This record gives sequence, C-alpha cells and structure tokens, in this order.
Amino acid sequence: MVKTSEKQSFDIMSHDLVPLHIIISDKEKKELFEKYNIAPENLPKIFDSDPVIKSIGAKPGQITKIVRKSHTAKEAVAYRLVIESNE
Amino acid sequence: MERARSITKKIGNINFSLLSPNEIRKMSATKVITADTYDDDGFPIAMGLMDPRLGVIEPGLRCKTCGLRVGKDKCPGHFGHIDLAMPVIHVGLIKSIRDCLRSTCRECGKLLLTDKQREEYCDILKKYGTEHRDKTYVFKQIIKDSVKSDKCPHCGRETSKIELDKPTSLRESGKKLTPSEVREWLEKIQDENLPLLDINKRTARPEWMILTVLPVPPVTVRPSVTLQSGERSEDDLTHKLVDVIRINQRLQENRDAGAPQLIVEDLWELLQYHITTYLDNQTSGIPPARHRSGRPLKTLAQRLKGKEGRFRSNLSGKRVNFSARTVISPDPNLSINELGVPIQIAKELTIPVRVTVHNIDWCKEMIEKKATIPSDPNEYCPSANYVIREMEGMKQRIKVTERNAKDVAERLETGAIIERQLMDGDLALFNRQPSLHRMSMMAHRVRVVPHKTFRFNLSVCPPYNADFDGDEMNLHLIQGEEAKAEAEILMKVQENILSPRFGGAIIGGIHDHISGCFLLTQKDRNIPIDIAIHILSATGFKGKLPIPVIENGKSHINVKDIFSTLLPDDLSLEYKSKSCFNCETCEGVKCPHNAYVIIKNGVLKHGTIDENSIGAFKGRILDRIIRDHGMGAGREFIDNVTRMSIAAITLFGFTTSIDDEDIPDEAKKQIEEGLAKALKKIRSLVHAYENDELESLPGRSIEETLEMEIMKVTGKARDTAGEIAGRHLGLNNSAVMMAKSGARGSMLNLSQMSGCVGQQAVRGERIHRGYQYRTLPHFKKGDLGASAKGFVASCYKKGLTPTEYFFHSMGGREGLVDTAVRTSRSGYMQRRLINALEDLRVERDGTVKHSGGQIIQFMYGEDGVDPARSIGGKAIDINRIISDIKEGV
Ligand SMILES: [Mg+2]
Ligand SMILES: [Zn+2]
Ligand SMILES: [Zn+2]
Ligand SMILES: [Zn+2]
Repeated sequence: MVKTSEKQSFDIMSHDLVPLHIIISDKEKKELFEKYNIAPENLPKIFDSDPVIKSIGAKPGQITKIVRKSHTAKEAVAYRLVIESNE
Repeated sequence: MERARSITKKIGNINFSLLSPNEIRKMSATKVITADTYDDDGFPIAMGLMDPRLGVIEPGLRCKTCGLRVGKDKCPGHFGHIDLAMPVIHVGLIKSIRDCLRSTCRECGKLLLTDKQREEYCDILKKYGTEHRDKTYVFKQIIKDSVKSDKCPHCGRETSKIELDKPTSLRESGKKLTPSEVREWLEKIQDENLPLLDINKRTARPEWMILTVLPVPPVTVRPSVTLQSGERSEDDLTHKLVDVIRINQRLQENRDAGAPQLIVEDLWELLQYHITTYLDNQTSGIPPARHRSGRPLKTLAQRLKGKEGRFRSNLSGKRVNFSARTVISPDPNLSINELGVPIQIAKELTIPVRVTVHNIDWCKEMIEKKATIPSDPNEYCPSANYVIREMEGMKQRIKVTERNAKDVAERLETGAIIERQLMDGDLALFNRQPSLHRMSMMAHRVRVVPHKTFRFNLSVCPPYNADFDGDEMNLHLIQGEEAKAEAEILMKVQENILSPRFGGAIIGGIHDHISGCFLLTQKDRNIPIDIAIHILSATGFKGKLPIPVIENGKSHINVKDIFSTLLPDDLSLEYKSKSCFNCETCEGVKCPHNAYVIIKNGVLKHGTIDENSIGAFKGRILDRIIRDHGMGAGREFIDNVTRMSIAAITLFGFTTSIDDEDIPDEAKKQIEEGLAKALKKIRSLVHAYENDELESLPGRSIEETLEMEIMKVTGKARDTAGEIAGRHLGLNNSAVMMAKSGARGSMLNLSQMSGCVGQQAVRGERIHRGYQYRTLPHFKKGDLGASAKGFVASCYKKGLTPTEYFFHSMGGREGLVDTAVRTSRSGYMQRRLINALEDLRVERDGTVKHSGGQIIQFMYGEDGVDPARSIGGKAIDINRIISDIKEGV
C-alpha cells in the first residue's frame, strides 16, 4: 500500500499521531450514505495531496474511514471524501 | 395592505454586480448640478442635493417623482446622479482593476495567455463550476500566468509592469495612468474573456469600474435635521456630495476654459479624493475627510462597517420592544426562579392575550381595572394597556385610558387581542452583558415589587457574574405561547443549575449562605426550641418537629436535626467538608474538627455543612439531590438552604472587622524572627554569588540560579509568616471562619493581612526594572537584596514602607493590565468562535451538521453526551453505581 516512489523515507502511517485511515468499499459507502441520510458532498473533505491520502493511495471520489483516539469516547470514527487538490 | 405584507417570500439568490453609467442615468430622478441645498426661504433648490424629486423627508409633503408622502404611503426616495467632468476610479474595485490591467494587453485587450493556455483554463473553470468548487484559486493562477508573459501572444506588444499606488493610482512601468486611460484600456477587453477575469459578462463590463456618473442617494438616506435653534444640519453624506459637486464644477469650468494641464490635473486628483472618501473615509494612505468640528465624516463604508455599522448594529442585533433595563439589587427571600420587577416597569410592559369565549369576562374586567386607581401607590393592580382588534382586514390599536376603559371593555369581542400588564408568575428572560455563556440569559418568574430595582436571589449572581455595585440588567418579555413553553423547558433558572461547562452545579449557596450553615452546624450543640422554630419557619417547614431534648429544664433542638429537615429521606453521603484540616490520617467520624460529614437516610449524623455541601461547583449534597431528584428538588433545596442559613446567621450574628487580623505580640515577634532569618539567608546567597561560590542548577546560569533560590526563600518566608499568624487566629475568628468554610477569602489573604505580604513580581520575576542597575534611587547600584528587589516584609495591617508600597503597585498594575488585555482579546476570540459555530446544530441522530447539510461531527462530542447532563463530563458515575450496589447488598 505504501508508496515509496517519492522521497518518503518514513512511513507516516506508523506515526503515533497519524490516525488509522482506511478506504471503504462501495458497499460500505452505500451503507454510510443510508445511515446518515446524506450525499457524498455533505461529508468532510480531504485533498488527494494530503500525505496520508497519498500514502494509502486513495483517489478522488473515494471515502476514507478514519479511526481516531478520543478523549471522550476512547475511539471516534469519521469519514472523509477525497477530493482533487488545486495544486 | 396588511394582508399583502403577511405573505412571506423566500430569497432565491442574490447577485452582486456593477451599475453601468446608463443604468445610473436611467434610475436617476434628476441630474444634480448645484451644490446648494436650500434657498434663503428654506425651500429645496431644484437640481440641488435636496431636490424634492429625490424624495421627501418632511411628513405631509408629497414627492415630486412618485407623488407619495413619507409617512403612510411610503415614498422610498429616488436616486439622482452627478455627471462627472472626468472619469474617476472606484476605490472599492481598485484590486479588480489592477488585475484586469495586469492580465490583458493594452493594445488589443486580449488576455496575455496563449490560445492553448486559455483553452485549458476555460476547461478547468467549467469543471470547477460543475463541481461547485471555489474558483478563486484558478483566477489567481490566470493572473499569475498572464503576468509572466513579456509579449502579447496575439499582437506582439511588449507588456509592461502595472503597479498600484494605494489607494487609487496606477502606474504602467513607472508612468502614471489617468483614469481615462485606464477606462479606454478596460473598454478593449473582449466580452468572451471576462469569465476568465472573474467578471460575469451578462451583468458587468470592466470599464464600469471607472466612474463617469455618480449616483446620488435619495434624501431619505441622508435626512437633514433641524436643530432647536432653527438651524439645519446636513447629513455627512450630503456634506461629502457638496464637495464632489463643487470640485466637479470647477474641473468642468477649468477644462472648458482651456486652463493649464497642471491645474486640471490637480482638480482631477481632488475630485478623485472626494469621491474616494465619499465611498470610504477610512481608506489607508489618504487623510480622512473631516467635519468642521474636526470629527471624521461617516461616509458610505462607515455606515456599514464595524460594531456601529448597519450589519452588527441594526441587522444582527437591534433594539427591541417589550424590554426593560434597570439597576439590580439582592433579595434573599425570592426563589432562585423568581425576579422582582418594579411596579413602574410592570405597568409599562405588556403580554398579549387573545380574547376567547372562555376568558372574555376576565379580559373585560382587566380593561375596566384601568379606571380604578389604587389608594396605595405600592399596591399593584394589573390592567390592560391596549386592545388590538381587526376591522375589515385592518388592525386597529386602541390605547386603554382611564376615560375610555368602560367603553372599550363593553365593546370587546372575541378574536381581539388585549395587551395586559405584567402579572406575578409571568415568564420573562433576564440577561446581563457580557453574555458569555448560555446562563447569561435565563427565564425567571416575575414577581411585581415596589421601588425601582430588579431583585433576585443571591445564588443566581455567579451565572450572570453580577454584583450590586451599580450593575444594570435587561428584561425581555415573552410574547407568544410557543416561546413561553420553550423558555419554561429550556431557559428557567432551575434548568440551568448544571453548567454545560463541567457538568456540575453553577448555582448554589454563596457567601453568607455558607457562613450561616457553618455557624449553625459547626459545633454539635442543642439550641433553644424558640430559636430553632424561628430558623425552621424561614424555610416554611411543615413536617413534624425534630424531637427536642431537655437541657437545664428547657426544650432544645439539635442543630443537625434542624439542617436534616431539608434533606430528602433517601440521601446517604459521606465526605470531607471544606473546613477539614487535611489531617495526615483522617479519623473519619472521630474528626476533632467535626469536619467529616456523614448523612444517613436523610439525617445529618456528623459533620459541618459548608461550601463542600451546599456551594456551587463542589456542593455534594446539592449535586446529589439534583442527580437523584431532579432540577425541581434542586431548586427547592437551594431556596430553602439559603433561607435557613440567612435566618441562622441573622439570629446568631456575624461580623468581621480589622481586629480579626490582630495577632499577639509574641506571634509578631516570631514572624519578625522568621523574616530576619530569611533575609539573612538571602544575604548569604547574594554573598555567595558575588564571590562566585554559587553552584548553578542544571540548565541555568548563575544569575538565574540566584534568582530562583531567592524566590524560593521569599516564598517560604511568606508561608511561614502566614503559618505563624494562622496559628494564632482561631476558628472563633470570623475572618478565619469565612476562609475555612469557603464563604469568602482565603488563608493566604489572611496571612498577607496579618503576617507578611511577600515577594512582588512583574512577569514572574523579582522586580528589576527602573533606574540604572537598581529599582529605585533609594538603593545602592547593583543591590540584589530582598528589599531592593520587591520583597514586602510588612503585612497589610501594619502598613507598607514607601518602597514596598511602590513595588506592590508595580505588581498590582501588571495584574490590571493583564485583565484588561485578556478581556479584550478573549472577547474578540469569542466573537469569531461564535460566528463560526452559530449555524451548527445537533441532529436527532447525534451528528453535528452545518445548516448547509455538511457533517461536522459524526457524533456530538464524539461520545454523544450532553455535558450539562454529564457527571463531571462523564456519561455515567461508575463509583456511584458501585457504591449503590454495595449498599444494596
Ligand atoms: Mg459590578
Ligand atoms: Zn417618491
Ligand atoms: Zn495584444
Ligand atoms: Zn479531618
């Protein structure tokens, strides 16, 4: 999964402060939209130029599931829509 | 008309664009050519700035354009125009003008992009458009790419550098461009290139950014006021327009007469200045236009911008009806839910009541009461102020007076609305600025009282952050049933006892409430039955009297039993009270200070009631009652416990004075000895430093080490002095009682008053600034001793020496400056935060969504817990559950 072609000597995903990012499947996508009754545009966005997105190789239009550590809930799940960056 | 207005319409979209010179002329009611406003007889001059065709301001007069009057028909006013002799740049659009010039060719007006580049950008823009993405970045890129080319790819003209001299002057490779030249250039830009310059080709042309015609706003926008002396005073905008017309005229005359180029250019520049300041009088780079008195004029931009501008002052927030403001004062006998409203205010404020078959008699009676005047001015007899009825679709508002009361009451029919005066029990919103959190605005039950101040229970001071040194507060009456229900459920004081900030009570006993309970329960004793009954009566106690004991042949009641009457039967708690001395091993029930509280099944068995029992934030009993029995019980407990303790403290008596800080001579001597020892230690430290014998701490220089060591010594010196003083101030000292019970003040305050004030600091360091090498001329240069660097050995009671006083003021000033800076900064931060969060909301499924539908959080606070209903931020109280289960077993 990790792209090493660029000058990336360190796997950022292994860093303690980088939460777990997973690209979700089309089935999961459908379930997500149904669960929250939303369209993809209503999700929070993330640029495809983001180091994490580059690292997991997500493409614009895909959705990543993010599992973060949380002070209040131990673990918090969020979803972000990958979009094309300006650069 | 009334009916037409009631149809609500929704704004589909708003499009901001430029006005073309043609449009300005088309919408103009008249050309304005004279700078004068009124003639000698006081009539507006035709084609002047007050021409009646621009609308009228005096009621009764008819507008010459539409024939309507100001008052009822509502003539909205009409624009005029000024034809400018020479074109002028619009300050607000100067950046767009610069960008247009930078990215186009002066010769052919085409974009300085190759056809291929242009094609690419068109595609990107189209793509961004379909994806609803922000295009600003692309427009910036287009300009960047255009500036890069040094030759026009279409006609080959060499490009030149466009520079902008703020605020309104443009230069092409150092040569100044006149507005006419800029306009000619912009005219050349082809329509099909406009979308790439962020201009909508259907609604605007770039050359319209250069003004050739200036619209004159209607008189209604800039009304003149007649002063008491009969003099007319014109609006700032009119003043500015007068300037524009004058200069415009002179420019025209000079140009037509063939005056030298220099003079024409000067006038042209002046016209530019006047129009710039007419649009925005705070443009950086030019002096603001001023009134004769020296006050800067409020021109167009100033009307809209900032705190006093149209948006923040008139649109986001505005003055409202059905509200009152007056000074506040305390009333310990009111419930925390109540609010004392002065009669004067109650008579003025009204609540609408719809007349139905069920209440028509009551309504009639209400109106009739207007005619009866109570004999006692302190007696309040609510009646109705207005009757609103609908006649043939028109609303009619009749003022009820003493004279017509009977008549109006007789003619009252169902369907009408009466506006009745405030009555006891009405719900109203009460607010104190700054409204920093939601508890700054709470709903209270009205109680109409004599005199002129708003009154409320002292327990409600902390959420409002109110005191009674002259504070004023606002009252807003609720006018509708829905609003009333909402306020009842969400905003009543009792619903806000628990703060969403930390999930604990923010309303509870304060000051004398705590002193009173402490006084009552500190010593386990029996008090005569008459006193006990008096205290119980204050809470309106109706149950069975606690069992009396006979002492010296008289009936007595135990103080713990008196307090226990307030506790629910199922309350069982064990905790340390605030006045606990933190003994090394807590002896629990056998605590010598009676500081261990035990409550079993609603009976106080042991311990002193103080801040840890009934105070906000830490009150254990209060907290438990709210959790177990709800907000209503919490309110009742606060009401009763405050009443009881106020009754107790007034009965027992409680006072503090300066002799509470007196300590025996022997203690004074001990303190002096301690201080002398500390000073000696400091001297030896300084000595060691001067002889280079001081060993530096890791990571510190020698100087830093010395400072740290000295700070340590001075800190300890103050603590020991305080300790000695504290040892001699017993628990029968009122000041100590207040500090120990958590009512007011701390032991530190006391030790500063009777022991030693201690080291003064500025920016966390000993005071070191002032004169060269010393803080004050009283000291030797380079003196590093305690007194030369701000150590105050005296106590407040004894008084400070002049140098000590000076250092103390330095420390005090720092504190004042800090608070001043903090409040202004946090105020601005809060404003920005609120503006960012105002249209977020928690949906039913627990997600936090923006009003646009975007998800901000997938679960509110990630755990979905309402902090106001949490237990100290947690959803459940594990310890409580465990102990409850243990109890059950
Ligand atoms: Mg005050
Ligand atoms: Zn009109
Ligand atoms: Zn060209
Ligand atoms: Zn103890």
